[in-house]
Amino acid sequence: MQALVIDALNGISYGLLLFMLCAGLTLIFSMLGVLNFAHASFYMLGAYLGVSFALWLGFGWALVLAPLVAGFAGAVFEVTLLRRVRPAGPLNALLLTFGAAYVIGELVKLVWGLQPLSAPLPALLDGPLFTVGGAAFSRYRAFMMAVAAAMLGLLHAVLRISKTGLVIRAALTHAHAVEALGHDVPRVQTMVFALGTALAALAGAVAAPLFVVEPAMAESVGSIVFVVVVIGGLGSLGGAFVASLAVGLLQTFAVASDVTFGGVAARLGAHVSPAWQALTLAQLAPLLPYLLLVATLALRPRGLLGQRGDDD
Amino acid sequence: MNIEKRSAGASSSTRTTLPPRGRAWRALAPWLALIACFAAAPIVGAWLSPSGAPQGWLLACLAQVATMIVFALSYNLLLGETGLLSFGHAAPAGLGALAAAHLFNRYALPLPLLPIAGGVGGAAFGALTALVAARRAGTAFAMITLGLGELVAAAAWALPDWFGGEAGVGIDRASGPAIAGWTFGPDREAYWVIAVWCVLASAAIFALSRTPFARLANAVRDNPVRAAALGATPARVRATMIVWSSAFAGVAGTLTLINVELAAAESVGMMRSAAVLIATVTGGAASFFGPALGAIVWVVFSVGVASATRAWMLYVGLFFIVVVLGAPDGLAGCAARQRARLARHGWRRCRAPWLAATSATASAAFALVLAVQWAYAVRFRADDPRAWFATPTPATASGLVALIVVLAGLAFVVGRRAARAARALDAAGEVR
Repeated sequence: MQALVIDALNGISYGLLLFMLCAGLTLIFSMLGVLNFAHASFYMLGAYLGVSFALWLGFGWALVLAPLVAGFAGAVFEVTLLRRVRPAGPLNALLLTFGAAYVIGELVKLVWGLQPLSAPLPALLDGPLFTVGGAAFSRYRAFMMAVAAAMLGLLHAVLRISKTGLVIRAALTHAHAVEALGHDVPRVQTMVFALGTALAALAGAVAAPLFVVEPAMAESVGSIVFVVVVIGGLGSLGGAFVASLAVGLLQTFAVASDVTFGGVAARLGAHVSPAWQALTLAQLAPLLPYLLLVATLALRPRGLLGQRGDDD
Repeated sequence: MNIEKRSAGASSSTRTTLPPRGRAWRALAPWLALIACFAAAPIVGAWLSPSGAPQGWLLACLAQVATMIVFALSYNLLLGETGLLSFGHAAPAGLGALAAAHLFNRYALPLPLLPIAGGVGGAAFGALTALVAARRAGTAFAMITLGLGELVAAAAWALPDWFGGEAGVGIDRASGPAIAGWTFGPDREAYWVIAVWCVLASAAIFALSRTPFARLANAVRDNPVRAAALGATPARVRATMIVWSSAFAGVAGTLTLINVELAAAESVGMMRSAAVLIATVTGGAASFFGPALGAIVWVVFSVGVASATRAWMLYVGLFFIVVVLGAPDGLAGCAARQRARLARHGWRRCRAPWLAATSATASAAFALVLAVQWAYAVRFRADDPRAWFATPTPATASGLVALIVVLAGLAFVVGRRAARAARALDAAGEVR
């Protein structure tokens, strides 16, 4: 029971981290109609920048500067490259970001090398926050949850309350009308792209001390993020939120569980070969998000809260 | 869009003015080039080598080209014909190869028939894919195939019983029944199987792309709503095309299996899916032979450039971005546009812009290669201290910087001039 509480908290913190990535991705998708394949690469860039800034100026500055630098890089990418390709259709833009993911990955390897880096952890955030019956919940995970929740609250407030948010929300659905009213929609689009990449970079900078900072981290997170976005329904922030939490909890519980295939089969009265008996649910954990994707699509092709039709 | 239409019109008009015999030759030329390349290269290699047998590396490269051509052509059934961008095309290929490997190890199938087994395996996976993915197109389809590809890739590591884990599932080519004295153990004999299958599979894909069903797929690609209004079911058309494409991907995967005698976990991985996507897009999805061209370019990068420098992935990525930005219809589309220009304006007026464009591209590429190689040499100095410019003297360093700046500036100026000249040429054509 105690372990269950800790696992649930760990799962929620992982889910919130996923949602920080998915929120930026979804915003960019609804605003520009482009699924940014390089989103996870900006996450990786944020993690590397975070480590470098943390070693140079300290952890607090890293959380501020890494998103700023990555957001600026995202804005430059949008203005110089993405804008030229977008008129040719969403698939061309997807292909461009696909190429950009490769190039960013290689440049990261070139600048920071191939070795995994370890991010410094501030002493204040080191150690357990509380223990429930022998199982500890780390302070840093609580901090990560707090940062994610604060960021998302802020984002929600900006989108709902401020005038910029109003323009962005209007431009999501009626770009031409907003343009006719005298607002600079291309600039709003650039801003949203920069905001999305900055969110991804913040997620990377926050996640850096918790995960291994290495050149393969973009691929390992990237495919999960895209799966989450599809499960939630492309373009739906609420769906992305539900799906991120679901995937975060599912994976954390699967990794922590000690259920084996043989045990389940024995309870059901079936006989399986020895190789299958040793197979644990924890080993199958990497598969679960994708299985969830297949199950969701089989039952509901547009995703949990997706709005768009079948042929978009 | 405008340019494409115009070039299409121009090329069709030149085609109609050709006599029928010229048209037949033009249609046959790529096939003859393909067959000649596969047949002549080993013979010339054998003639040049002292031992009288073709060089091993040459056969390995050609076999890779052959498998990649089939793989890219099968991918283009989705991307070019049906407009479906897939990020998980390695899954049917790898699973087809896996099924073929298990079958070959269990029952002594004749090796030349193995690709059929692989094709059936690929088609079976394609049917499963179609069940979850065929209802969607565009970005959603791309993400669903990405998820399915990752599912198979993750399963390859989690289920070592089927996939053979780290080592993969190996076969021994010579263990099958011999046909007319050929055991298919030696590389040379396996190569001929692969080359013949490449030509056969390409011809089959070509035939498929000329059927009324392929026209229906084109209609679904261009306007699914209208196709549905005309009585077609877009989801069913997509599903059928996914199965066909996966079947040919399974054939391609099995050709790789025959080449390397191994169905490894990497063969279903993201890297392989990305490879076929890059090959098809850079070659050009709009023409039939574009992907084949892209497959050759990909093998040049992944074998040739990769053996020379560790920066090859960066070059691939940059090349891909340049193609997506500058010529979304790929190398083949770019070539078709230039051919149309030549037919319209003649060699005299095309010469100057082409010369400028070529020199701009060359100097830009040279500047880029210098800068990238220098950066990699400095970065990975510890691994390879004797690489070029790893420890440059101040004089060489400043010389290099000057050279890079001059080349980049030259590329910029000449490139702008070339673009202006090309625009002027097109405008002149329009006025007439």
